[in-house]
Amino acid sequence: MMATVAAIPPFETFYAEHAGEVLQLLRSRLGRERADDAFQETFLRALRAYDRLHHGEHLRAWVLTIASRVAIDTHRRAGEATEELPELPHLDGRPAYEELAFLTDTLPPKERAAVVLRYGYDLDYDQIAAALDASEDAARQAASSGVRRLRRRIT
Amino acid sequence: MTVPTDLDRRFRDAASRAGLLDAAYDVIDSELGPLLAAVTDRGLARISFDPEPERALESLARLAGPRVLRAPRALDDARRELDDYFGGRRTAFDLELDLRGLPDFTLRVLQELANVPYGRTATYRELAERAGNPRASRAVGTVMNRNRIPIVLPCHRIVGSSGDLVGYGGGLARKEQLLRLEGAIL
Repeated sequence: MMATVAAIPPFETFYAEHAGEVLQLLRSRLGRERADDAFQETFLRALRAYDRLHHGEHLRAWVLTIASRVAIDTHRRAGEATEELPELPHLDGRPAYEELAFLTDTLPPKERAAVVLRYGYDLDYDQIAAALDASEDAARQAASSGVRRLRRRIT
Repeated sequence: MTVPTDLDRRFRDAASRAGLLDAAYDVIDSELGPLLAAVTDRGLARISFDPEPERALESLARLAGPRVLRAPRALDDARRELDDYFGGRRTAFDLELDLRGLPDFTLRVLQELANVPYGRTATYRELAERAGNPRASRAVGTVMNRNRIPIVLPCHRIVGSSGDLVGYGGGLARKEQLLRLEGAIL
């Protein structure tokens, strides 16, 4: 049986649905003033990658990951130390891989994001690359070294 | 959390300026009520009398791509020309049109339609003749009915052979209003 895959909604619909939550996340991470620029940057990044999406699944996880990356980049540009993890949305009705969360939580930020987006949310590497603001190769590498690290830990 | 209006507008402007949109739309006030208008990088793609965007968004995405966003700034030219037209200061439009995906016959009919001057009318049959197929007046009616860019492509100027208005996608009252504005009827 063919799985039904959500179609990619027009960007306006996607934006209307997630803009408020993205702004909330950015304000909590950056404060009100810097959140405004980061908000614009987040949705411009999403827009740049949007026509390469293959399906409309997990767009919330995707855009919140982009927002987290933008927040980290903002801190970095300001010369602030950032040990924070890109905060992946834990609220999305968490599927079966949830029990892996405590493992992935200890991965380096980029690897964790790549592993969770790939194996948790089943996003394609070009979507993950857009979320991490990295090349597709870099996204693939981050996911595979994350998986290797997990494997070493489990066995 | 609601996104403040100025922040929302800044993003929409930036998206349009960066050339990242497959289609930009806005709702424009007019004498005929609110109109939804949309442009792509090829030109004006849609004018709709139904200002609720839902249906238009889906069909714009099918036409041009999924990056469809309300971006008022991108509609500045179209808005100005429409304002001028409704204000009686403009009798022809200079806007580029996006007519992609339309079959040859439809394009020929629309080409002839664009040549029907302001303040004049032609019949479905005459338009069919000019498009090279005198027996196709019914098909011409269908093309008028599906016109994606009414007002600018003036399907309101096409009437029945006895001079009756026949029909209009936006309702007969609007057709009559447009012809009255142009002085084609009293």
